[in-house]
Amino acid sequence: MKIMTCPINGPRLISEFAYAGEVKEMPDPATASDAVWADYVFNKNGPAGIKHEWWCHTPSGVWFIADRDTTRDIILRTYLYSRPAAGAYAP
Amino acid sequence: MMRLPPIKGEWIDRNTPVDFQFEHTAYTGLRGDSITSALAANGLHIFGRSFKYHRTRGFLSAANHDVNAMMQVSANGRSTPNVRGDVTRVASGWQISAVNTRGGLHKDRFAILNRLSRFLPVGFYYKAFHSKRLFPWWETMFRTLTGLGAVDLKSAHRTTPKRYDFCDVLVIGGGPSGVSAALAAAEQGAHVLLVDENPALGGSGLYAQAGDPSIAAATEAVCARVLSHPRIRVLLSSTAAGYYADHWIPVVTPEAIVKVRARAVIIAQGAYEQPAVFRGNDLPGVLLASAAQRLMYRYSVAPAQRVAILTANAEGYAAALDAVSRGLDVIAVLDLRSARGTDSQALADELTRRGVRLVVQVEPVEAIVGRTGGVAHLRYRVGSTDTTLDVDGVWMSVGFAPANALLHQAGATMRYDVALEQFLPDRLPVGIYACGKVTGHYSLAARMSDGERVGISAATRLDQTEPAPSPSALLAIRECPNHPYPIFAHPEGKEFVDFDEDLQIRDVINACQEGFDSTELLKRYSTMGMGPSQGKHSNLNALRILAKVRGDSLTEHALTTARPMYHPVPMAHLAGRGFMPERQTPLDADHAALGAVWMPAANWRRPEYYAIPGVSREAAIAAEVHAVRHGVGLIDVGTLGKIEAHGPQAGEFLDRVYTARYSNLKVGMTRYGLMLDESGVIIDDGVIARLTAESFYFTTTTGNSATLFREFGRLATWWGLPVGLVNLTGQYAAFNLAGPRSREVLAPLTEMDLSDAAFPYLAVREGHIAGIPCRLMRVGFVGELGYEIHLPFDAGLDLWRMLLESGKAQGIRPFGVEAQRMLRLEKGHVIIGQDTDGVTNALEIDAPWAIKMDKPFFIGQRSLAILAKQPLKQTLVGFKLPASATDRPRECHLIIDGDRIAGRVTSVGVSPTLGHVIGLALVDPTVANRGHFQVRIDHGELIEATVTPFPFFDAAGARQKIGATP
Repeated sequence: MKIMTCPINGPRLISEFAYAGEVKEMPDPATASDAVWADYVFNKNGPAGIKHEWWCHTPSGVWFIADRDTTRDIILRTYLYSRPAAGAYAP
Repeated sequence: MMRLPPIKGEWIDRNTPVDFQFEHTAYTGLRGDSITSALAANGLHIFGRSFKYHRTRGFLSAANHDVNAMMQVSANGRSTPNVRGDVTRVASGWQISAVNTRGGLHKDRFAILNRLSRFLPVGFYYKAFHSKRLFPWWETMFRTLTGLGAVDLKSAHRTTPKRYDFCDVLVIGGGPSGVSAALAAAEQGAHVLLVDENPALGGSGLYAQAGDPSIAAATEAVCARVLSHPRIRVLLSSTAAGYYADHWIPVVTPEAIVKVRARAVIIAQGAYEQPAVFRGNDLPGVLLASAAQRLMYRYSVAPAQRVAILTANAEGYAAALDAVSRGLDVIAVLDLRSARGTDSQALADELTRRGVRLVVQVEPVEAIVGRTGGVAHLRYRVGSTDTTLDVDGVWMSVGFAPANALLHQAGATMRYDVALEQFLPDRLPVGIYACGKVTGHYSLAARMSDGERVGISAATRLDQTEPAPSPSALLAIRECPNHPYPIFAHPEGKEFVDFDEDLQIRDVINACQEGFDSTELLKRYSTMGMGPSQGKHSNLNALRILAKVRGDSLTEHALTTARPMYHPVPMAHLAGRGFMPERQTPLDADHAALGAVWMPAANWRRPEYYAIPGVSREAAIAAEVHAVRHGVGLIDVGTLGKIEAHGPQAGEFLDRVYTARYSNLKVGMTRYGLMLDESGVIIDDGVIARLTAESFYFTTTTGNSATLFREFGRLATWWGLPVGLVNLTGQYAAFNLAGPRSREVLAPLTEMDLSDAAFPYLAVREGHIAGIPCRLMRVGFVGELGYEIHLPFDAGLDLWRMLLESGKAQGIRPFGVEAQRMLRLEKGHVIIGQDTDGVTNALEIDAPWAIKMDKPFFIGQRSLAILAKQPLKQTLVGFKLPASATDRPRECHLIIDGDRIAGRVTSVGVSPTLGHVIGLALVDPTVANRGHFQVRIDHGELIEATVTPFPFFDAAGARQKIGATP
């Protein structure tokens, strides 16, 4: 069983974690065109490669980001989410 | 066959006899004997029948792969199937029989199949099932013919623990390279766990001696240091059954599975000796040379008296010297090669001195069965001259296949080394190491030095993230241990490639010619390697034939990856308790006492209705509905998700999560909440109550509570909103007291002011009922005056009982989920997940009052704005049937418009209040606008339903707001 490292709780069995999709920066709903919005809602980053994903350590409820290389099945890095820098749209 | 004189290191205890029965005959072995070594010591050489042709079979490997010597063992009131006779230590009182026979080992009625073999071509199984008509006939026949041991259904329950273990370096395999690696790693300071499938360490270092005890002494010296090393733990009689991600290895011990997490893994599992393929190579008495060595040194059993050794490497000559030194008569050593290698020559010289006849350039023709059922003659050819030897044993030593299944599973890449005629690891994953025969090292000295080098490397590179530079560079190969093609076809066949599945050379060739000419296809079509030994003695030879048929080389092919667990594991070791929790509200026992008929609700169970003796389900539900509409009812809603949100921005958070507005909700009031996903699809609903300026209490549907609570945490993180979220789902009980007389029931139990002025519709109040702190919400859950009461879990049962007691005068009735559904349907209350599905968006249920598009943001808002510009694809409408209608549509019945499906019924039932069928349906709006549609019900009839506005009952909601006259 794989091991994932929670940024708060350290390395734990992967069965303690839940996945919640890739990190997608939301376009500004007020200014985004319908096409841009639909792309944000429906299109996923499909090809194998490096993914940035939301993961949760479920017993503690800690949410964080994991960078995974799905071609090698390796977790490259896990870290707490930080809000986009000033200027970018933050929902 | 007979017992040999004692020798140092033998596994048997000569002072402790073991009495057992085999095929209803009594035998005596010694403690330490395997089942088959004990039988051999008693002069037996037939231990079982083959899988397909029911041919008599004896030893092959004596190393856990003699799948034709699997036994049914009855002992201590338990019968165990498929016991490996070649490695399982026999015990007193065992009653043993061969598994794959009808009528006993010697009178097996299915032995006739041996004569029918030419009517059973490769792929027979698939070909048989081509005919649909004959399918059942074949199925019955195959089920009768196939199968191994019998499962004893009366066997007593056995619990098997699961254990966990951790180490720095896990060494798999306790032969010369494995023990050297373990010792070297431990010397570097690593904590080492060493696993070996045998009951003792040493592997071939103890039984492949070439008649020279110093080899065993050198191995034993390392084993002794391993066993006394403070940082090495040893697990014997244990199999590492698979490799799972991040060095997670299930080690199957006799008692339990141990899940081992290692920081580095060293694969030192050696190599499986491979049979030569020639006619009669499966006869009892024809076995691998290593099997004979194991029997001579471990059990001191002579597997034969007059032996011919068929060889193509130095190991065969070594085995000959072992036989001679143990007093056996070696008739001849027959070398397939035209010239010996340097290692072989030295051993050959010694054999010559001892008077053993040596022949080269040999081609085996056939092994011939004698009167006892075992091999009696070996015919071979040199040039064009045939010679027949009288023997009672033929030992094969023509090459090896590395035991690299775990390396494959770990993701190592392999290459075929032409000089060595063997697959070797090419690139190893991080933290995975290999040594010994797996990496092509065959001499004792080479194996030990390779093990030591790899042990040091593993221990000193523990947390590095790059793989080790490369597997061991091969030492100069003095002599290739592997024959490139030890396969000799005979015009009459019966040269076995796979002993598990009874596959012959022509089966492989025919499969290739039928187009299944790649490793993966060949395996599946011919069932090559799919038997209990999983191809450990057949896949390599099959691949050699495949390459020959295709006219290419093994460098063009790869072996298949055996899936974990690659060695059979008793089901008892894998079985365990379920980890899906079953949750109960505090009222569970009382529901049962009240006659609850249960239904599943996510992880919970809820009363569907309360059965009344002698009354139908429909009538019982109708009575519950009647009680709520005209008196008072009580329902357990403790399964709802119950969450608190705290903080100055809790209101803003809820504004973003739900479609309505909560930041402007007055303290002490509640508001319905509808939750969408980003595409505008409805995913949940609930009631949000504002307890104070900065704290809210709200509910989710039963099935979504855990995942939504988790998602709320993600949203708060994403949005950077500092909201304190508390999941109280398991801490609180909840029930709904509903009906025109609910206030009468509640009032005597509380000092709270329940008047409409003090506690109006949609208000939330905190106070005490019967001294218990409670939260009460006056919601129109079922469309009547009602109070949803939330209270600490532990007090739930007391208050439930008090309310039922207090309500006796008002005729209170507990009601279940079915009555609740009907009450809600009468009110047109949409049930998320029943009246909506995974694509129903918020515009389609026609609830504009719940959706505040003028808010700055909520999840799904932007998508709804896009959807609002498009015509609706479906819309939720109410419908009714006249009271006279006898046909009833059911949920999910389709709405038919001409020749197309125009929608489906989502909720439907006969309203006890209204006296006719009412329902909700998701329908194409153009069809709904006609005011009527057709529903195809069971048996295909179409019935007409009339579209009608909902709520069906009390559309103005007067009853829930001010209460109805009972």
